[in-house]
Amino acid sequence: MDVMPKWAEVVLVPLISLLLAAIISALVILAIGEDPVAAVKLMVTGALGSTYGWGYTLYYATNFMFTGLAVAIAFHARLFNIGGEGQAMLGGLGVALASLYIPWPHWTLALLGAAAMAGLFGAFWAAIPAWLQAKRGSHIVITTIMFNFIAAALLNYLLVNQLRPKGSMDPSTRSFPEATHLPTLHDILTPFGISFSKAAPANVSFLVAVAACFLLWLLIWRTRLGYEIRSYGKSESGAKYAGISPVKITMIAMIISGALAGMMAINNVMGEAERLVLNATEGAGFIGIAVALMGRSHPLGVFISAILFGFLYQGGAELALWTTIPRELIVVIQALVILFTGALDNMVRMPLERMFLALRFARRSSKGADD
Amino acid sequence: MDYATFIQLLDSSVRLATPLLLACLAGLFSERAGIFDIGLEGKMLAAAFFSAAIASISGSVWVGLFAGIGASLMLSALHGVASITFRGNQLISGVAINFLAAGMTVLIAQDWFKQGGRTPSLVSGARFEGIILPGADAMASVPIIGPLYSELISGHSILVYMAFAAVPLTWWLLYRTRFGLRLRAVGENPAAVDTAGVSVVGLRYAAVAICGVLCGIAGAYLSTALQAGFVKDMSAGRGFIALAALIFAKWRPWYALYATLLFGLFGALETRPDVIENVIGMKVQSQLLGALPYVMTVVILAGFVGKAIPPRAGGEPYVKER
Repeated sequence: MDVMPKWAEVVLVPLISLLLAAIISALVILAIGEDPVAAVKLMVTGALGSTYGWGYTLYYATNFMFTGLAVAIAFHARLFNIGGEGQAMLGGLGVALASLYIPWPHWTLALLGAAAMAGLFGAFWAAIPAWLQAKRGSHIVITTIMFNFIAAALLNYLLVNQLRPKGSMDPSTRSFPEATHLPTLHDILTPFGISFSKAAPANVSFLVAVAACFLLWLLIWRTRLGYEIRSYGKSESGAKYAGISPVKITMIAMIISGALAGMMAINNVMGEAERLVLNATEGAGFIGIAVALMGRSHPLGVFISAILFGFLYQGGAELALWTTIPRELIVVIQALVILFTGALDNMVRMPLERMFLALRFARRSSKGADD
Repeated sequence: MDYATFIQLLDSSVRLATPLLLACLAGLFSERAGIFDIGLEGKMLAAAFFSAAIASISGSVWVGLFAGIGASLMLSALHGVASITFRGNQLISGVAINFLAAGMTVLIAQDWFKQGGRTPSLVSGARFEGIILPGADAMASVPIIGPLYSELISGHSILVYMAFAAVPLTWWLLYRTRFGLRLRAVGENPAAVDTAGVSVVGLRYAAVAICGVLCGIAGAYLSTALQAGFVKDMSAGRGFIALAALIFAKWRPWYALYATLLFGLFGALETRPDVIENVIGMKVQSQLLGALPYVMTVVILAGFVGKAIPPRAGGEPYVKER
């Protein structure tokens, strides 16, 4: 029997973890001589006070949804995919190749084609560590870390030596052709009479990310494969006994994970930059870890925490612009979220469990007195 | 390639291998005791900042070194609390520590020095200078051995010699002392250690603390010996290369020395593409050299060339049976 009621597990534990992270962040802001209340106000107006702010918040959130879902699906199979960053880089390569070398007639087809390429490239980059884990027993955390560095070196090589247009000093591809440019939220919302900032980078990929959240929820909780992944994650020996192949589940979970991380590239490479630049991922692969942990690996949780991190990113940029607080504050907050919702989970959980147990005993004994 | 270039190349290999070696031995202690540590990078970075910052403020590099070790130990303690006391996920704790260090160093640097996340350049006295070993100048003119002694062996900072001395010391501690035997046992079978009446928690905290000290020295070396001051993200993935070297070395101290020297050589070659071109007669992409340690580690991990088997209880929090 569970010690805690479900609502405490789903809402209370993450909320307390988040609160702890927020308190320490506030102390950090105080320590560097700034006012935390003013900082939060500035972040809220900067990230949510205008459609321009929302446009950036949702743009970042789109990246984090893809990488957060990628980490989450792997968590369900009890695999820790730290390689989202490298997989997203490879996804960017896929998007760039698809956009540059295939003459797309319309952006809808280009989006489909580029998303498929991005997913394929990302899945490929995750499949190698998955195969090494499943067949050769090499620790997936270490191999995915190594693959991040290998991906960075590979992209560096390709951008500097192969894809860079002649005569350009900038290590990036040439701009993608007009037909592959994705409509922004401004373009989408204007026909409905809603005016949305034209300068903000949020684009149609946001809707793809939301759809991905829903589809992943269907996969995890409404299909046989999802059930197999979850049971493998809960108990490997139990799953084996039920005839579930560990090799198959490891491979499939990681391939889905890599494909999701790779598909982030339709947002940052195709939707925003419209060319592939060096370090296009900007650490979004790692933020996926924080997002998945905070969202308890549930697609709805990932959706909510991705928006929260999008808000933090845009708000943090505003802070760096208007105060002396550097952008790195976000990295600290991100670290604290990972620390409290991930590594120090038991620190929050153990006293709560004790409290709920005590409550239950108190209720039972008072009932006993009535009889 | 002439002899002078060869010596020069080895000399810079040694310089680049030193932080890797220290971090690798740090990881060795931790992982041999069953605590995975992917936070080596963060601990090095924090130590690099605090040793440079305190050295710059106090003017003494030794005070800086101790500040760096202290900062690294704080993060080690955090890792210990999360992964030993609260039995949390050691990998996630390591990830958090890396980000914490990456963010906090810049935040504090900006607050203290207002130079865009760096420390002021360290002047003499606030950095570790090279030590000229006795007779180095006199021997410099002797052919073959002369340059070997005066260029390669002499002239490094004290931390380099400490790092190399740490290898036999680690070996002795792990394989010839009671503490070492228990430390290795706690990484293989903590229940057996517990049955023998030795504290699993105590041993693991000790291992994590040693790891913190070594990472602290590695970080201090980066900012006060290899370079003169701290810059943002200056550890630049060295913690992960050290982790790769640890796997390459199969968690053994002498092999750790060879692995880090090899990876140091790759680093040295990366800055001298002309040397490679002269020796093998073709151009090698610098990116390939940079990625080589990672590729080699994946190959080793895959068990195609000699299998690397980690300590058996690694990554598993120990729960006493009741």
